[in-house]
Amino acid sequence: MFFFIARRLLQAVGVMLAVGLIAFALFQFVGDPVNNMTGQDTSLAEREALKEELGLNDSVFVQFGRFIGNAARGNFGHSYRQRRPVDELIWERFSATIELSAVSALLALLIGIPMGVYTALKRHSWLSRAFMTLSLIGVSLPTFLIGIFLILIFGVTLNWLPTFGRGEVVDVGGWTTGLLTLSGIKSLILPAVTLAVFQMTFIVRLVRAEMLEVLRADYIKFAHARGLAARAVNFGHALKNTLVPVITVIGLQIGSIVAFAIITESVFQWPGMGLLFIHAIHEVDIPVMAAYLMLIGLLFVIINLVVDILYYAIDPRLRLS
Amino acid sequence: MNTRKLTAKMTCALLASLLVAGAAQANTFRFAFQGDAQSLDPHGLNETFTLSLLGNVYEGLTAYDGDLGLIPALATAWEITSPTTWRFNLRRGVTFHNGNSFNADDVIFSWRRMIADGSDQKSRAGLISAINRIDDYTVEAVTDAPQPTLAREMVYMYVMDKEWSEANDSTQPASPRTAGRENAYSTLNANGTGPFTVTERQPEVKTVLRRYDNYWGDIDSNVTEVIFTPIAQAATRVAALLSAQIDLAYPVPVQDWNRLDNTAGVRALTGPEARTIFLGMDQGRDELLYSNIKGKNPFKDMRVRKAFAHAINLDAIKRTIMRGASTPSGLLWAPQISGYRAATNTPYEYDPEESKRLLAAAGYADGFEVTMDCPNNRYVNDEKICQAVAGMLARVGVTVDLLAQPKSKYFAKVLAQGGYDTSFYLLGWTPGSIDVYNVFQNLLSCQNSEQKRGQFNLGNYCNSEVDRLADGIGSETDADARQSLIDAATRIVQREVGYLPLHQQPLSWGVRDGIAVTQRPDNVLDLRYVVVE
Repeated sequence: MFFFIARRLLQAVGVMLAVGLIAFALFQFVGDPVNNMTGQDTSLAEREALKEELGLNDSVFVQFGRFIGNAARGNFGHSYRQRRPVDELIWERFSATIELSAVSALLALLIGIPMGVYTALKRHSWLSRAFMTLSLIGVSLPTFLIGIFLILIFGVTLNWLPTFGRGEVVDVGGWTTGLLTLSGIKSLILPAVTLAVFQMTFIVRLVRAEMLEVLRADYIKFAHARGLAARAVNFGHALKNTLVPVITVIGLQIGSIVAFAIITESVFQWPGMGLLFIHAIHEVDIPVMAAYLMLIGLLFVIINLVVDILYYAIDPRLRLS
Repeated sequence: MNTRKLTAKMTCALLASLLVAGAAQANTFRFAFQGDAQSLDPHGLNETFTLSLLGNVYEGLTAYDGDLGLIPALATAWEITSPTTWRFNLRRGVTFHNGNSFNADDVIFSWRRMIADGSDQKSRAGLISAINRIDDYTVEAVTDAPQPTLAREMVYMYVMDKEWSEANDSTQPASPRTAGRENAYSTLNANGTGPFTVTERQPEVKTVLRRYDNYWGDIDSNVTEVIFTPIAQAATRVAALLSAQIDLAYPVPVQDWNRLDNTAGVRALTGPEARTIFLGMDQGRDELLYSNIKGKNPFKDMRVRKAFAHAINLDAIKRTIMRGASTPSGLLWAPQISGYRAATNTPYEYDPEESKRLLAAAGYADGFEVTMDCPNNRYVNDEKICQAVAGMLARVGVTVDLLAQPKSKYFAKVLAQGGYDTSFYLLGWTPGSIDVYNVFQNLLSCQNSEQKRGQFNLGNYCNSEVDRLADGIGSETDADARQSLIDAATRIVQREVGYLPLHQQPLSWGVRDGIAVTQRPDNVLDLRYVVVE
């Protein structure tokens, strides 16, 4: 177990370095940051001096090395636009993204798993067919379109819910939360649903497929033959075994919920890390882009590790070998 | 239910109604823009929106009224005492938001801060070589050369409180260069003399301003609280306006005007912006970088430039792309710019036959190919304009290969840092000083990096006579003599087709009914003019 985790951690360091290097190589193609940091009247000499001082004339490898060196000492640099430390900026936005992602993930799980189980058990009922059609729409519609539809219906036409921002937030020991105020909760509904739709439909289809697979297995037939109640067979045996692969996939999906919150955040002007990243791309704010990409890389590495360990815990066969 | 409970309930209801009555006195104005001010430091970035938001908090010695006319602000009067000396009488009884009083020391301190390392206002403040303190409320600005537009440049030279800056370790401008070393206090906090104070600042999320009770001036606005939210996506911005979550949004897409006008309670507010959109051609190189013509540069031939001018149908662009809201132009500056004269503003005539004849005469009867650089997220419908231009040029035989890119990539390629890497491009320009000299200096003078001239003359249109006249425009203080220099230089540029002016683009704001605002032609929202019904 210890060696397993140690090996995984070593691999993680390699992955992070690769992510960083690729990111820095890409920064060469996003444009000139200096133009966004100066006014139109700023002289060429001033611009050149700024470029030199920020180290933008150095090669990709030198820039990358400097970033890693500073990052190792906990210094992620200063945002070109806001002139403030990047770790401070990301931390300010962290809670917004985490709350949005967590609520979306919960929605997706609490609605997705029961729907998946139902459609597997009652395959031919009309409700199952309706669920499957809906899930097909959910999987195929792009997130921003869902977001804009929801804004149009619930914001502009019905005027029920706010369509942008996070509402009033409360600071609880350095963590800002929107879950404690009415306007915060109302503001969360549309973005959370938008972000959850794809994951939910994905989970429905996954759970259904896995469940159908398990229901065909011999031990389910034997369980029925033993005269166990359908309820005990379906939920005690079938669902439990269904969840093993589902956990792996869902665990990995949590990473992508956080990472792909970018689109939802920019449609709803949700002040999270994704919005910060989008702005950073537009304005070529290299320190922010670099730190964000590394953070997302780290997140995926950690989630993968946790999923592996969980798998180890759930599946006894792995422990034997 | 016992009586005490009931009484308590009634008291609550009474209190609530009192609170509501109190709230009716407070006028809150909510607005959204597509971006945010980069920082609250008034000298850190010379960019329109940053300066416009801060213009409600900080002030210069002079200011613009709603039509870009020059009015007194922290100076009550000024005069030119010698060609290189300006004397400003400062306003008495003005206080900063922290209660400190304003005087000559603050003016001198702020000017020093603007020429310090890391300032992005050096080009303005650098026009002045010294500011002398005559007494507490009189200063004298000395310039190396005569600067007829100095009072206009003063508008954006915001004055900070010397004591406050020193106490908060903010005597240097907060720039990206010094960010790691300096205290960033002035990026998140502000202390000006303007009508609004900053009470809450969450960069790129929310900024709250409150009316400053001791403001010296008498302004139209009855707004007591302003909530500003940057909303980057145009669709989200418009939706927020339509659902009454905000009172004003800008810019709104031109194609949403009908939508706004057909919705009860909101309206589109439009007008001509002081920004002129134009096309430029590389006339400097001996061979174009991006063309199939080798060994020579077709744009060096005046007939080719003229042919381009006659091939472009400005009215068609106005009608089909700009929804009738652009103002076709024959000049590189708008009517609001000082030095403008209507008599010289004649666009080139649309005449494709003449265009073909000129191209044939120049030896390009079969046309030629050229690559056009174009931004796709900087100006109103910029990419569509370029596509239309490409189509119009195709009709006279010129094949345009369009390279439309986001502004970060576009500017990195075509501006000086990229080595003016373009053959044919679209650019927009608003002179920061609202004076025509800025246009001559940046767009019409020959490229000269030592003298900092022609920096944005990307195609290096160059005529020594225009340069000589530009010098005169920059130093002549007599208005009539100056105007005749401007007219003479304009005639040369137009005759030689140095540039292809297209139009002034429209301002495009969305406003809720019951809100009165003044739409300034430089796309600035001045909260002094916002009145809530």
